Amino acid sequence: MIFMSSSLRVILTVLAVMLGSFSTSLQAGERDYISIVGSSTVYPFATVVAERFGTSTQYKTPIIESTGSGGGLKLFCAGIGVSHPDVTNASRRIKQSEIDRCAENGISDIVEIKVGYDGIVIAHSTSTDRFSITRRDIFLALAKHVPDPGGEAKLIPNPYQTWKDVNAELPDVAIRVLGPPPTSGTRDAFAELALEAGCKTFDWIKAIRKSDKSQYKSICHAVREDGVWVEAGENDNLIVQKLNADPTSLGVFGFSFLDQNSDLVQGSIVDGVAPEFENIADGSYKISRALYIYVKTAHVDLIPGIKEFIAEFTNDRAWGEDGYLVDKGMIPMSDMERSEFKTAAMDLTTVQLASE
Amino acid sequence: MPQTPVSFWDTPKFKRGLAKRRAAEWRFKLYGLIAMLIGLASVALLFVSITLNGVGAFWQTQIKLDIFFDPAEFSEENLQAANYGKLVKNTLYSHFPEVTKRKEKRQLSRIVSVGADIMVQKMVMAEPSLIGTTKSIWLPVDDVFDMLHKIDFGRDSSKGGSGLVSENQLKWFDSLVANGLIDSRFNRTYFTAGDSREPELAGLLGALMGSFYTILVTLLISFPVGAAAACYLEEFAPRNRFTDFIEININNLAAVPSVVFGLLGLAVFINFFGLPRSVPLVGGLVLSLMTLPTIIIAGRAALHAVPPSIREGALALGASKTQTVIQEVVPLAMPGMLTGTIIGIARALGETAPLLMIGMVAFIVDIPSGPLDPSTALPVQIFLWVDSPERAFVEKTSGAILILLAFLITMNIVAVWLRQKFERRW
Repeated sequence: MIFMSSSLRVILTVLAVMLGSFSTSLQAGERDYISIVGSSTVYPFATVVAERFGTSTQYKTPIIESTGSGGGLKLFCAGIGVSHPDVTNASRRIKQSEIDRCAENGISDIVEIKVGYDGIVIAHSTSTDRFSITRRDIFLALAKHVPDPGGEAKLIPNPYQTWKDVNAELPDVAIRVLGPPPTSGTRDAFAELALEAGCKTFDWIKAIRKSDKSQYKSICHAVREDGVWVEAGENDNLIVQKLNADPTSLGVFGFSFLDQNSDLVQGSIVDGVAPEFENIADGSYKISRALYIYVKTAHVDLIPGIKEFIAEFTNDRAWGEDGYLVDKGMIPMSDMERSEFKTAAMDLTTVQLASE
Repeated sequence: MPQTPVSFWDTPKFKRGLAKRRAAEWRFKLYGLIAMLIGLASVALLFVSITLNGVGAFWQTQIKLDIFFDPAEFSEENLQAANYGKLVKNTLYSHFPEVTKRKEKRQLSRIVSVGADIMVQKMVMAEPSLIGTTKSIWLPVDDVFDMLHKIDFGRDSSKGGSGLVSENQLKWFDSLVANGLIDSRFNRTYFTAGDSREPELAGLLGALMGSFYTILVTLLISFPVGAAAACYLEEFAPRNRFTDFIEININNLAAVPSVVFGLLGLAVFINFFGLPRSVPLVGGLVLSLMTLPTIIIAGRAALHAVPPSIREGALALGASKTQTVIQEVVPLAMPGMLTGTIIGIARALGETAPLLMIGMVAFIVDIPSGPLDPSTALPVQIFLWVDSPERAFVEKTSGAILILLAFLITMNIVAVWLRQKFERRW
């Protein structure tokens, strides 16, 4: 009896106090921090900038959600106002369809800032000899259908079981590659930059591109489903651990993970070029992609600190050749590109996609 | 002489049967024992591996620097603007007078954490009397060197581990260790800071406060609502098709995957009611929807266990139905209801999936000061750290798991204790 009434009284008091505090703060209806969504590849870099921005200015630290490039742009384009994000990160360029979607919801001005590059590596355990492959090998080993080895211009289901089957110079070990799932931007980029590039080396497939683009894409981007390619989830740390446990398998992930775990894994040489910082920066390592952030111009006057945040991101101490983003594994752009995008960012130039 | 008849109990057939039954009994017991041992072994394995991985998180490699706060450069007026980074770096350089080249100095300065200058700044601003004195300060080293000191990460250059630590840095660091300037000390930052992308500066306080506010909202909503619903359904509701329908639905709700509640929260609380993203208020609302069925089911079971004689006795003495329920039945059922609530809340504490949908899975540095400040929660912090490329986050993750497990175990122990202390047998 006593137990009941005293606890009831406590609960009611606390409830009343809580409700009071909610109603006062709900009425404010504004947001004093920047809200950022988007790519999980840009996330490790954007968070570092956000943290520095938070400690070095009087503004609050921006809040960053990792939603994937596509998911981020969807949230970003949902509307204008404090309940919608101000900035979205993307590990690919915005599409015309997404710009249209934004425009439908009243977002006509989007600033595009390319912030740097990220290499995709094909890594394996440090306990084995370094692998050296070509993009053609990658395509032949991983594609669902491959050109007939007899030389005829037709496709057969992928028959290769070992790397030696693919290319006589490669070791006689079973093909096993761990990689990201189709929802990942890394997977898209890998399909485009590695598989498609290897695929194009067959002239007759290249010829299909002109006649039937979608067929070409399905030939070049389809990954085999017989257990050779293993989808290891979005968690790149997990792939690193699995590679360490099984020295004969390869793993596909971003350069920053290779950089941070170089005692466990090493990157395979692709087309004669090792996935090293300098090689990705000068473009000689071919499997790399650009990273972007997109800013809603309409929010610049709505949310405090957006301009200053862009200024921090585009500062040379962040994205420059000796900047702190480089320490985190991002590959910087050339001086020219940097100054070009910095100007665009500071002038809040609206993105224009060149018509294809 | 009459033959003693051979008793049935002595026949070989019976003895064989008996032996067989005993063997079956023994085997059955053995199966049970093996099953229990498997369970115990997996729990032990989990605890041992997480503890081994995680204890490192509570210790941080630090460097001792004797910093002189030069009154020529520091005065009470310019504490905000003074260059603390330079101060820390110059003190470090003074240990290595032979390092003069700009590039080498840059490499040397990387040994100290990038957050060191802000720590020094905070220290001086809290205690301006330090100006003009020299003070020995323990500052965290960069995460790479923390790992180097703890697990020799990156020392073996033949393994390709030289990417993060250069030979010079290795030499300097080893000489600092030899001089006793490097030591592993208790990691206070881990318990007093918010999230950070620098492992040595990352802490759990933001996530702990976020979890606290989320669970507070959950408790304040789900317990009163759940208890009232259980009371109504058990004590007042007529038995008809409608209440059967409600009962089935409550049982179904208890089995719905938690991510569905997240989607519901996104649609209702954020999109319809316009509450902000990433805040514990919305997280708490979503999690209370998730825990409500558990609390209602446990509450009804507890009320059901109160013998009818109590109600009849109260009614016979002239108490109204409401008086009977509130004054007699509910207090007796309270321990059972509380146990159900604690177990439901413990489940809510460990949830990540519904929070993903409402934006609580995010990088948030500032420590929330109320249920309307954006924040994460403890399991979300674990999820975020697991995905970070820096090696030092591996132990930080396991450390956070240890703390989450500690909370869950405490809550479960409280639930068991409550049950044992207040439980009445009839």
